[in-house]
Parts: sequence; structure tokens; C-alpha cells
Amino acid sequence: MAERPARVERPLSPHLQIYRLTFTFLMSGFHRVTGIVLYLGFLLVAWWLLSAASGPNAYAWVQWFMSTWIGRLVLLGFSWGLIHHSLGGVRHLIWDTGRGFAPNEREWLARMTLIGSISLTLLAWIIGGFVMGGLR
Amino acid sequence: MKSTSIRTPIGKVRGLGSAKSGTEHWWEMRLTSIALLPLTLAAIVIVISLIGRNHAAVVQILGSPLVAITMLLWVYTVTLHMRLGLQSVIEDYIHGKAMKTGLLIGNTFLTIVLWLACTYAILKLSFGV
Repeated sequence: MAERPARVERPLSPHLQIYRLTFTFLMSGFHRVTGIVLYLGFLLVAWWLLSAASGPNAYAWVQWFMSTWIGRLVLLGFSWGLIHHSLGGVRHLIWDTGRGFAPNEREWLARMTLIGSISLTLLAWIIGGFVMGGLR
Repeated sequence: MKSTSIRTPIGKVRGLGSAKSGTEHWWEMRLTSIALLPLTLAAIVIVISLIGRNHAAVVQILGSPLVAITMLLWVYTVTLHMRLGLQSVIEDYIHGKAMKTGLLIGNTFLTIVLWLACTYAILKLSFGV
């Protein structure tokens, strides 16, 4: 057995509250937050699929929820979260290759994550909602 | 406990270090991330396009081979990615041993149940009854 040394009071490294809030910092945190929220949001996907498999009566509840303003808002938020987290993931995959670490590149990638997620979400709703007829 | 062993300090700690699974976690996270890019895009469009449709239409579309296979792949990859992702979050913020272990077990169980439930639903929609 390795002996356990007596507890020593060591200085702590600086944490969240000491850093200046930057946009890249915000987008980094938001990536994790969207990840956790999407985890919970997936419960709704499971509910949707199970209701569809259970029959028209169970599915009527999903249809009612998706026709309400809150339901639509949840769906819009969920799709935006999915797309934002996906683009954040692309940013990480770029960093994995060793590229994109220069200050201006980091800033640009963070901006593109937000701009890209908002425009792609609108595009997805235009395609799914109107071209493919989900909102008709 | 006073040790009377003559083993050297380095000998005592050898083999107690890394769990030897960090690389696997990292790599699976990348694999699922790459796979999820096209799959998530497809799933979003499928879900949005089904919002206003009635049950019969939803069953027909979700049960058609291409849509069902896409959704099966998405559900599998997403739940695996969810397990790995929340595992990192738990390990970062929860430090109590019992709490941490409990949450890690719960995370694994929940994501497997979600995967199985969604897979069952899609297969049932595909093969009927």
C-alpha cells in the first residue's frame, strides 16, 4: 500500500471568476452547456419515437405538444442547440489537427460557430418546415 | 498503517496510475463527432418535416428503409456520444467518490435504455404490428 501523506494546504490555481470574459471563453462554455441541455432534450426524441410506435392515441399528445407555442419554441431551441454543438464540434476537430490556434483564428472560429448555427437553423426550418411541408 | 516493506517508493506506485483508457475515450468522442455531422443534419430535417403530419404519415415515413436506417444510426451514435460527453462533465465537476460513481453508473444505464427504447420504436415502426 502506498502511504497517504498528510493533507497539505497548497495554493489553488485561479478559476473562472479571475478571467476576463471573452467571446471565445463564452463559446467554449456554451459548447458544454448545449451538450448538457441536448442530453436532456434527447428524452423528448425518445418520447416522440415511442409515442409514434405506440399508436395514434399516444401520438396525439406529441402532436398537441408540438402545436403549442412552447412546443415549437422547445423544438426550435433543440434544433439550434444541435446545430450549434455540431459546429462547436467541427471547431474542436479543426483544433485536433493542430490548426486554428492563432488569436485571430480563434476569434474567427468562435464568431463563425454562432453565425453559422443561427443561419443553418433558419435554413433547416425553411427546408424541413416549408419545402418538405412540416409546418403546412 | 506503518509499512515495513522494503519496496522503493517508485515500486509502490507503479501500476496505480493511468486507467489506460483515456485514448479510447478521446478517440470514440472524435469518431462519434464525425459520424454525427451528417446524421444530425438528416435527423433535424426529418423531425421538422414530420411536425405537422398525422400519425399514419409519420409511421409511413419513419418506417421507410432509408429514413429508418438513418434514424437508427443517429440514435446509436448520439446515445454513445451522450454517454462519453456527460462522463467528462461528471468527472470534471463531481468529486465525491460515491456521488461520482453513482452518476457515472446512472449515465451509462440511462443512455443504454434510451438507445434501446428508440431502436425498438424505430424497428416497430418499420416492421409493423
